[in-house]
Amino acid sequence: MSIVEMRGACKPGDYKSDIKPIWCPGCGDYHVLMSFTRAFAALALPPENIVVVSGIGCSSRIPAYTSCYGFHGVHGRSLALAAGLKVTRPELTVVVASGDGDGYSIGGNHFLHACRRNIDLTYVVMDNHIYGMTKGQPSPTTEPEFDTALSPGGTGLRPFHPLVIALASGANFIARCFSGEPNQTAAVLVEAIRHPGFSFVEILSPCVTFRPDESEWKNLVHPAPVGATNDPAKAARRIMTDDGFNIGILYRGDRKPYQPPVGQGCGDLPELERDFEL
Amino acid sequence: MTVVAGTPKVASLADLFAAAYQIEADAVERYDLLADQMTTHNNPELAAVFRDLSRAEAIHRDEIRRLAEGVDVVAHAQRMAKWGKGESPEAASLEEAHYLMTPWHALQLALAAEHRALAFFRSVAASAKDPAIKKLADEFVEEEAEHVNLVHRLIRKYPKPADSWRSDPDPPVAQE
Amino acid sequence: MEGRESVSIAIVGSGGAGALTAGNFLLEAASLAGWQGLLSRTVGPQIRGGEAAALIRLSTRPVECLTDQNDILVGIDWLNAQRFGGEIEVGPRSLVISDPRGGELPAAVAAAGARVIELPMKEMAKAIPDGRPNMIALGVAARLIGLSADVLSALLEKRLADKGQAAIKASRAAIDAGFEAAAGYDFGPCLLPPEPTAARRWLVSGNEAAALGAIRGGVRFAAAYPITPATEILEWLAPNLTRTGGVLLQAEDELAAINMIIGASFGGTPALTATSGPGLSLMIEALGLATAAEIPLVVIDVMRGGPSTGIPTKSEQADLNIAVYGCHGDAPHLVLAPQSIGDCLFTTQWATYLAEALQSPAIVLSDQFIGQARAAIERPADVAFIGQRLRATDIVGAYKRYALAANGISPMAIPGTRGGQYTADGLTHNERGIPTSGEGDHNAQLDKRRDKLARFKFGDHWAATEGTSEFVVITWGSLTGTAREAIGRAGRDGVAASLLAPRLLSPVQPEEFAAAIEGKTRALIVEQSHGAQFYRYLRAHYDLPREVHVLNRAGPLPICASEVHRAITEWS
Repeated sequence: MSIVEMRGACKPGDYKSDIKPIWCPGCGDYHVLMSFTRAFAALALPPENIVVVSGIGCSSRIPAYTSCYGFHGVHGRSLALAAGLKVTRPELTVVVASGDGDGYSIGGNHFLHACRRNIDLTYVVMDNHIYGMTKGQPSPTTEPEFDTALSPGGTGLRPFHPLVIALASGANFIARCFSGEPNQTAAVLVEAIRHPGFSFVEILSPCVTFRPDESEWKNLVHPAPVGATNDPAKAARRIMTDDGFNIGILYRGDRKPYQPPVGQGCGDLPELERDFEL
Repeated sequence: MTVVAGTPKVASLADLFAAAYQIEADAVERYDLLADQMTTHNNPELAAVFRDLSRAEAIHRDEIRRLAEGVDVVAHAQRMAKWGKGESPEAASLEEAHYLMTPWHALQLALAAEHRALAFFRSVAASAKDPAIKKLADEFVEEEAEHVNLVHRLIRKYPKPADSWRSDPDPPVAQE
Repeated sequence: MEGRESVSIAIVGSGGAGALTAGNFLLEAASLAGWQGLLSRTVGPQIRGGEAAALIRLSTRPVECLTDQNDILVGIDWLNAQRFGGEIEVGPRSLVISDPRGGELPAAVAAAGARVIELPMKEMAKAIPDGRPNMIALGVAARLIGLSADVLSALLEKRLADKGQAAIKASRAAIDAGFEAAAGYDFGPCLLPPEPTAARRWLVSGNEAAALGAIRGGVRFAAAYPITPATEILEWLAPNLTRTGGVLLQAEDELAAINMIIGASFGGTPALTATSGPGLSLMIEALGLATAAEIPLVVIDVMRGGPSTGIPTKSEQADLNIAVYGCHGDAPHLVLAPQSIGDCLFTTQWATYLAEALQSPAIVLSDQFIGQARAAIERPADVAFIGQRLRATDIVGAYKRYALAANGISPMAIPGTRGGQYTADGLTHNERGIPTSGEGDHNAQLDKRRDKLARFKFGDHWAATEGTSEFVVITWGSLTGTAREAIGRAGRDGVAASLLAPRLLSPVQPEEFAAAIEGKTRALIVEQSHGAQFYRYLRAHYDLPREVHVLNRAGPLPICASEVHRAITEWS
């Protein structure tokens, strides 16, 4: 795909609400919001047909900053909530927003099953390798040697590899982006939303307040050496040597999305009691 | 791999006007966003600086629109003025923002932005085959060079902040 | 000698102004000088740079609550300060120090009739190399209350040592500038000098005190999942548990945290976690498990505004229902509530002891106000409550983990104890712990778990009871100090009232409560709950005096002593 096509007169500004974000100036999430609105504009979807579902954390504040429908739910359960919504309202575009704490820690179990279920959702995780909203505890993607009050001297634990988990659990589209390249990210989001089934996009989004060291990320990210594959085995090989900063689409699968037929059937209610009749 | 085209392809005067328009329009939006951030984070001095920068860019933007009479720059830009790698050149860098930043910092951001815009027009001028396009691109180069000079003069008004500019004695607040 | 017994100061600023730092310095310096005090804070919705106010109260006597009106309000700047609304009140006798370039005075402050003195703190700070306006504000406040600049200096040397001599010098100069500027201000009497005391004193927050109480009570395992306003308990425990040979594990979520501590406790280690309302909701299922399987553990719930995500940074007392009644089935367990910052230590330690003694989960209902406020207090007395469960050792014959006993407490075999092997179970079980659906066993075990709590002698610590008046104020948790102060004020007005504040909320203590209520004809119930949870709990379990009034309100504004005072006197 070369250039994002614009249909109609949709502008990114149409997808922004007038609520001013509380994110710290310098936060990567401002760029992510930009990527969202640019992607929505490129897809020319009416804002009322988009729902942004989130959990708890800095990243999860994003729904209110868009002019779409939103649900700012409880910590870690956004995928479950989104599943219920999408399955009953398949015509809506449902985007789920989370962070590395909300999504990979408390939300970990739901992540596995969302990939497995392959409902047509787009899951965007703003990964900053820290719990920001609660002031700097390690998250599952925090480096083992990173010192915090809750883990003096570092956790010593191997970080979570979300792309590996997504691939192993059956996600149908897997990508990594960097917040500092919002147009690139917007293009990936457009593809992710268009791709049927469960699309997982991890966006590296630096935390200026608790991880000022992440200002280095813009020098560490690099385009992935090869383009996306539709072969899970190939994708698995690539991801095992991934340095965590490969930017691009890793995998585009062809699993059929899960969508039970809803709203069909003749709804003949009197029929239902036949079984009980003596 | 999905790659959005790196920079807009300028093949006509309309293209050049549209690209120039979009550059200024993006700069306006960016300075407005930064001004809002500074207002929310109780830095009114910086909010004012960014609003001033936004107003200056708005003048440039409107000027280009006027110059491009006959061309619907807005619609044209929506079609072709796309920056894939990185961002619109004159959009100030968001990652360099900080709630305690000083006017000196803001102007450094502006300076870098103007330089990027200058580089863009220079490359258009250098690669243009059509003399009309080259001429217009050269004019934009001169224009941006003036902006660069202007920002330099503004920077002179502000002392470079001490190393302690970003130290906040109060700790961050856990909101949830 | 003329002087104030108590003074309330608010320091307001935003965007890096350092209001909270100044407030902390003021509290610490005042404590070093011998006063007692309390500091709370209120903040805007930003993570950095937001509007912030430090609210400090200093006194010659113990301070357990803030006053509604500030005697001194220093505005380093007023940006978005109007958002604080009723939290930074002043009155006609208050003194407001305002930087003329700091934005407009909030309307409520302007309308209050206080004297406003303009002081260009920002400009003054600029005149000092590396000077900061919050240090000027600190100097002003210190002068007005009668705190010596030397005490402040000594503290600065200590606290800014790692920032270098230049920073210390700059801060000292700024403090001196503020001190000097305030020389002419007509504030009236300063604080009475502190009463000399040999007692050792601490500067501590409720969360820190609770964490220490846990370790003293014997906790050696903690599971942690961060949540505002409880995270500080876990962050204090992380290095300090290690120092005492314990372990802290960060959990992936609250479901994991509660199950981790069940596991540790099953293995013989007293265990604890800390959370807030949303986390407690997640832990409810496992709390039922721990109750049914008779596993000791402690969960500290630092209550915040609810329901659901609510107001994470504010205090309420609305988790009483879920703490007492949250489990499905009949699952009686321990619920306690500390009454002050210092009491967080005692109550958590006692809760650990009780949990171990009774082989039951214990929920400790702290709240955001006492959890995060810092106070200069007398060092709490050492108490001898150390958790020690009844262990089964030298087991002969078939081991009955849940053997029926007169006091309901059966010895617990720790894994590794030969002959004591059993499978702990949430399924209804018999004395041996084997699942059963029989009516006999089910009722016997329900009786056992109820009776072990009902028959235990909790002693006087179950409640604070003060005064003999027939008019009793009944409250709990952080409002205990507020009620106590209100009663004191009413007393000085010639209106007598007594106080009853349960520290133990579950199991209920019908005999003790009846004894405490005897002769009382009127009860004023005070609580920070929109649905009056405490009142309904009292009604459900206890006989109350003939006439009852209820003063209840949701957060975020804490019920203050003057409100309770008014409620007392208006009912006389």
